[in-house]
Amino acid sequence: MIEIKNLKKSFGSNLVWEDVNLDIHDGETLAIIGKSGCGKSVLMKHINALLTPDEGTVIVDGHDIFKLTYVDLRILRQRFGFLFQGAALFDSISAYENVAFPLRYFTKWKEDQIHKRVMECLDMVNLSNIGDKSTAELSGGMRKRVGLARAIVLEPDYLMYDEPTSGLDPETSDEINDLIIYMSESLKITSIVVTHDMHSVLRIADSAAFLDEQKLSWYGTIDELRISKHKRLLEFIKASEYQIG
Amino acid sequence: MDILHDFGRYCKLLYQAIRSSTEIGTYYKNLFAEMIKTGYDSLPIVMLAGAFTGAVLTIQTAYQLVVSYIPLSTIGAIVVQSMVIELAAVISGLVLAGRVGARIATELGTMRVSEQIDAIESMGFNSVSFLVVPRVLASFFMFPVLYIAAATCGILGGLLAGIITGQVPMADFMKGGREYFFAWDIVFGLTKSIVFGFVITSVSCYKGYYATGGAEGVGKATTNAAVLSCIYVLLTDLLLAAILL
Ligand SMILES: Nc1ncnc2c1ncn2[C@@H]1O[C@H](COP(=O)(O)OP(=O)(O)O)[C@@H](O)[C@H]1O
Ligand SMILES: [Mg+2]
Repeated sequence: MIEIKNLKKSFGSNLVWEDVNLDIHDGETLAIIGKSGCGKSVLMKHINALLTPDEGTVIVDGHDIFKLTYVDLRILRQRFGFLFQGAALFDSISAYENVAFPLRYFTKWKEDQIHKRVMECLDMVNLSNIGDKSTAELSGGMRKRVGLARAIVLEPDYLMYDEPTSGLDPETSDEINDLIIYMSESLKITSIVVTHDMHSVLRIADSAAFLDEQKLSWYGTIDELRISKHKRLLEFIKASEYQIG
Repeated sequence: MDILHDFGRYCKLLYQAIRSSTEIGTYYKNLFAEMIKTGYDSLPIVMLAGAFTGAVLTIQTAYQLVVSYIPLSTIGAIVVQSMVIELAAVISGLVLAGRVGARIATELGTMRVSEQIDAIESMGFNSVSFLVVPRVLASFFMFPVLYIAAATCGILGGLLAGIITGQVPMADFMKGGREYFFAWDIVFGLTKSIVFGFVITSVSCYKGYYATGGAEGVGKATTNAAVLSCIYVLLTDLLLAAILL
């Protein structure tokens, strides 16, 4: 379970948000929504301490992550998978090696064990024939899927997705949405999805958190979201229906 | 205020690098790759710069020393000593500030803005030990080698220029060179080259590691890294001369 408590973050004099309180329960899929630039990515990067807050804290399974030593923090981070917005693949190595990368350092496995696990993960994202392609040869959707395979290779308990469907065509977006559902249902992974794509929120999420006006403006389940009368939330949902990509 | 903030962050990065330098398993692969990129790949340009500097030095000294009672061997002495004490280290330092500094800042800057550094951290790696330590450490091993290559080529270039132009016969050049060749000068030159290597790589790592703002930010980091490296090479050169001579 992840508890976000009284979180506040600013860059210099520019306040991103404050007073953010949020619980993420095991097994659920939470969508963090809001306009571009409202601080969704910044919030997600606090959950595994890639950024540090001005005030407040994040508690993961009882551990205050900002009080951990760097060594303990790194062990905790291995329980998180992170799919970055642009996939953040290492471009100096092949797609296959990107997925194998964490295994090479964090396990003492032999080459055939590593190969087996990498192919398993690539299979899950439907990329088993990717071979030794360099990352430059991949399309946007393929990059995200390789990034996802890399994120799950160490069998994380938590998966974080930063705009997993942005910049993809509708069909590829649906494939990615299916993958997110698959990960949470068959692997029982707790998922946090940052997105401004309402279509995808309604398909994949159990609950949603709406960041707006420098605070957590609305929070509830998807059923509550469907009937919510929150004015700015309704505006946001309406606007995103006309949005392409 | 800005300078203090920058300097504080630079020191923090160095401190992290020193602390994580024990994690040899994380960076030894990168260390070899960096030694090739910093050392071996820079050899041609450094040797060329050294040879031309030596040649010009011989021709120019011969031109300036028109008085006939100064023996020709003096030219050999001046060329050899100037190369060993000052020019081999500084010329290669300035060339490498551009070549190595710009490359490092571009590499790390690109990794920063495409979230690859975040990806490394979020997997549970220590990104400083993974990226910064091998780059700085490689310079400790390779800059002295480059200095020796530059000095050797400089002396050979000077000798050749003397012979070809007919202004300084080989025997005179060698005689003067040998008379004024002190082991201490080489120690001084080696020390300089190590300090330059440290300054160039650490400043460039810093600029790249903390790059912000997309492709434009990477461009800025690269330019800054090259310019600052040059300035710091010249400043530390003066400082070392004042301390050690
Ligand atoms: N490293 C940083 N330094 C300074 N400002 C930042 C940094 N990262 C994000 N910001 C700012 O924080 C705000 C929120 O950014 P972000 O979380 O990326 O928005 P989004 O909701 O689109 O993901 C933006 O105004 C952005 O400019
Ligand atoms: Mg974002």
